[in-house]
Amino acid sequence: MKYESIIGLEVHAQLLTDSKIFCGCSTSFGAAPNHSTCPVCAGFPGALPVLNKKVVEFALYAGLAMHCKIAGSSRLARKNYFYPDLPKGYQISQYELPICSNGYIDVDVGGATKRVRLIRIHVEEDAGKNIHDAYEDCSLIDLNRAGVPLLEIVSEPDIRNPGEAVSYLKSLRAILRYLEVCDGNMEEGSFRCDANISVRRIGTESLGTKVEIKNLNSFKAIEKALEYEIKRQTDTLSEGGILVQETRLWDDKNEQTRSMRSKESAHDYRYFPDPDLLPINLNQTWTQKVCSNLPELPEARKGRLMSQYGLSAYDAELLTGRRDVADYLEAAINVCPNAKALSNWIIGDLFRVLKERKLDEQLRISDWPLQPTQLGDLVQLIDDGKINGKIAKVIFEALLDTNQSPRLIMTQQRLEQVSDPASLERSIDQVLITHAQQVAAYRGGNDKIFGFLVGQVMKASQGKANPQKVNELLKAKLS
Amino acid sequence: MKLTSEVVARVAQLARLRLLPEELNQLTIELQSILQYMDKLREIDTSEIEPFTQAVYSSNAFRDDLVTNDPNTDAILANAPATAKTFFKVPKIIE
Amino acid sequence: MNLFSLTIHEASDKLRKREVSSQELTEAVFQRVAETDGLIRSYITLCREAAIAQAKEADERLKREAPSSPLLGIPVALKDNLLTQGLRTTCASRILDNFISPYDSTVVAKVRSAGAVITGKTNLDEFAMGSSAENSAFFPTRNPWHLERVPGGSSGGSAASVAADQCIAALGTDTGGSIRQPAAFCGIVGLKPTYGRVSRYGVIAFASSMDQVGPMTKDVRDCALLLEAISGHDPADSTSVNCPVPSYSKSLTGDIAGLRLGVPKEYFTSGLQWTVDEAVTDAIRQLEKCGAIIEEVSLPHAEYAMAVYYIIATAEASSNLARYDGMRYGHRAAGRDLAETYMLTRAEGFGPEVKRRIMLGTYALSAGYYDEYYLKAQKVRTLVCRDFDTAFKHCDAIVTPTSPSTAFKMGEKIQNPLQMYLSDICTISINLAGVPAISVPCGLDREGLPIGMQVIGKHFDEPTILRVAYAYEQQTEWHRKKPALSHA
Repeated sequence: MKYESIIGLEVHAQLLTDSKIFCGCSTSFGAAPNHSTCPVCAGFPGALPVLNKKVVEFALYAGLAMHCKIAGSSRLARKNYFYPDLPKGYQISQYELPICSNGYIDVDVGGATKRVRLIRIHVEEDAGKNIHDAYEDCSLIDLNRAGVPLLEIVSEPDIRNPGEAVSYLKSLRAILRYLEVCDGNMEEGSFRCDANISVRRIGTESLGTKVEIKNLNSFKAIEKALEYEIKRQTDTLSEGGILVQETRLWDDKNEQTRSMRSKESAHDYRYFPDPDLLPINLNQTWTQKVCSNLPELPEARKGRLMSQYGLSAYDAELLTGRRDVADYLEAAINVCPNAKALSNWIIGDLFRVLKERKLDEQLRISDWPLQPTQLGDLVQLIDDGKINGKIAKVIFEALLDTNQSPRLIMTQQRLEQVSDPASLERSIDQVLITHAQQVAAYRGGNDKIFGFLVGQVMKASQGKANPQKVNELLKAKLS
Repeated sequence: MKLTSEVVARVAQLARLRLLPEELNQLTIELQSILQYMDKLREIDTSEIEPFTQAVYSSNAFRDDLVTNDPNTDAILANAPATAKTFFKVPKIIE
Repeated sequence: MNLFSLTIHEASDKLRKREVSSQELTEAVFQRVAETDGLIRSYITLCREAAIAQAKEADERLKREAPSSPLLGIPVALKDNLLTQGLRTTCASRILDNFISPYDSTVVAKVRSAGAVITGKTNLDEFAMGSSAENSAFFPTRNPWHLERVPGGSSGGSAASVAADQCIAALGTDTGGSIRQPAAFCGIVGLKPTYGRVSRYGVIAFASSMDQVGPMTKDVRDCALLLEAISGHDPADSTSVNCPVPSYSKSLTGDIAGLRLGVPKEYFTSGLQWTVDEAVTDAIRQLEKCGAIIEEVSLPHAEYAMAVYYIIATAEASSNLARYDGMRYGHRAAGRDLAETYMLTRAEGFGPEVKRRIMLGTYALSAGYYDEYYLKAQKVRTLVCRDFDTAFKHCDAIVTPTSPSTAFKMGEKIQNPLQMYLSDICTISINLAGVPAISVPCGLDREGLPIGMQVIGKHFDEPTILRVAYAYEQQTEWHRKKPALSHA
């Protein structure tokens, strides 16, 4: 009896606006508790919400990028429930008329493309933060986060396994980062995910009992939680048990999901259109303008880099993970057409520096350690035979945080590659004399020594000798 | 539709109103009579009618994405029944 | 003549001519309050010290500059659901008993910058829910005309204070008739503006799609002046409309010749107190004499308006009042845990009428009932709006009684919620449609209790209803009659 799992994902992405969704408070992280509040976001008597236009724009960008239908007229709605971090006793969200519906994203799952459809994308406000563990007998509420704008993205239950789920989330996050509407930081809580999962016997049409999983704070957690749930659900059913439709929390420490056994039965949110807010009318002009401003998105860019520059899927994936990196690559290609070499330098050396300096934590890097033109020039120097690979590494380090040209460093530090046979032969001869024993061993059949001898020639030339030429000449001399 | 006191009790829970038994009974009677009056609306055929959606005949009331508020934590906390530093202090939330 | 009996325009005139100072005027008003409020109980909070300071400042401004607003130096009372920075704002509820507002509502800010002197905060039915001011958690207000009678509600305190000259003018709010009905009961003028005309920012919300702040005054000219001062677009209120504010006092021409006035037959049913019917019918005849053309019109869904109102308004209110939970401000009960704190705070903090409406509204929105109640009511609301649209094709304004009866006795209806609700029957449709309406005094009944006539206009056509009201008023003496402050 084989089961398949049906998974749908709900993502809440915090939007990168300067001010909150319904008031002029700052969204900046790190303010002192309740420092970024006002009567509106703190739910004071008489306060009224006014919608931040940028939130609508960001929703449009996301919706159009993910092939959604944009509502001609959209409405905000009140979702009513009581909780200390919900100042008004209701959350302003969307219900019947969301801004976006019926979209999809194409996700690369192990080389194949999987289309995950989206049910809807809508805007809503975030709640405040509760701190439970500071005191024994009370909890603390900080409303700085109350009113920060969120985009809720709900997928159809098209996902079939934990691997697909993670791929989908990574793709979604990359798109949102490309659009610069969200920085996608799961650890900091700006990109949150809840999962809905059920299982059914393969071949059946109807869906099984759906379970909601919350408290998934990393991709690893999502994968483990889904795997755990699939096993739990299939085990229960195989043993003839019954599954309860419920919400379960992922317990990362003990690596299991636990039932949220709350006394209250399912929430009755009593949604109704918020009478304090007017409809959002999105006309053709607006959506067309947004469409024309959409950047090339990760999947498309990856495909184009592969076909246009012959890059491998693996490399293209790494290079298009960040929009600024892909931009960097193409700027460098403008200077030097060797995309493959540039991609190696970026993925290897540049990424290392970015990571060391924690620059990769920024959404868009503004201060590159070296400019794409400099990298392009460097690779061009190699391709022109002016320097060898090892020297290039030296020059790379010297270029960091300067606007110098690689060529200038090369000449100033006399790092030009030596290819002239006469001077190379002199060095070779020297090495052959100094290491006569090794030469004899080589001639005696120990091929490995060849590498050593090449190394010695390189050393004698302070690394500047042209390795291919050295190989050629040395082989000739030793034959 | 007959409104029972069970339903009224459930509604009171949704609205976070603790009702004494006398209050529950009284409210049940009162709400029953009010809702009976509301049943008048059934006389009208509204199958072709759009619901009233907005009292003002316009749309797109927006503000620009600017930080315009001067933080005034003291003012926000001034009426709080309990605070701890600049947090609101509330009874323990059990997840 | 007593200074406290002056109207805004009379007082403003005297202030400009330096015949009287704002301080003198303000002192006179406070003296009047001291002498009468033990009986009437219009005020929840009085601000004598701050008022005198404001009056002094107004006197300085009057000396220095060419006066900009007719409100400069004029003592005005504010209904206690309008937030006033630094002042207690209770909404006549225990749940906000100790609440000091951290900000000014927009209307209060406007009134302040016009230079008005704020006398204090007036009593109301708790959370503006009621028609008699008997639902105040603190004390009921009495009708100055007959102290055993209600002043009407929910703006009972504002109405009584204007009628008893305890202020020169007042602001009230109107969701289902809460300005107009108490204005009628207390023999003063009260106007509910078009929805969206006046900002709701800082007005404690009851029914968001119907609430409006409006003037409550001694005559129609004052009403126009005060309306002008508080009207206008507010970017902090998404439902406030961006259209220019005309000079409302310019509408007071006295000329209504050729104006078509609609009289809806549905408002003149057997349920009307016969003296009300008589007085309003008389008033309509008077308007005809002034040259208006009387047309019979029909508002066929009038009988359903109450049901629609009490479903939608309570639904919106149930949500608006969820924020009163004791977590961040207001009363907090000592519960054993979070759940109990919520339940007890709200049980202790809200009075019976508020609870009743929260329950009704919660029920109307809850799963399984939403379509039958809330959605249905919104559809019938559309029909009510269409009734007005259709009627206004045949007339420029509509005239009706403001209330089916004159002021009832205290305690008479409070035990029967449905009976209490039915006293709003003439005013409620207006809030559903969002059109403007004014109530002017048009007679006294056999017991000497005031009767009000309501004039309803098209959206943003306050000029026409003011014009009609003014024309009528200038032909009569009702607005000059003062209550005896006696027991009946």
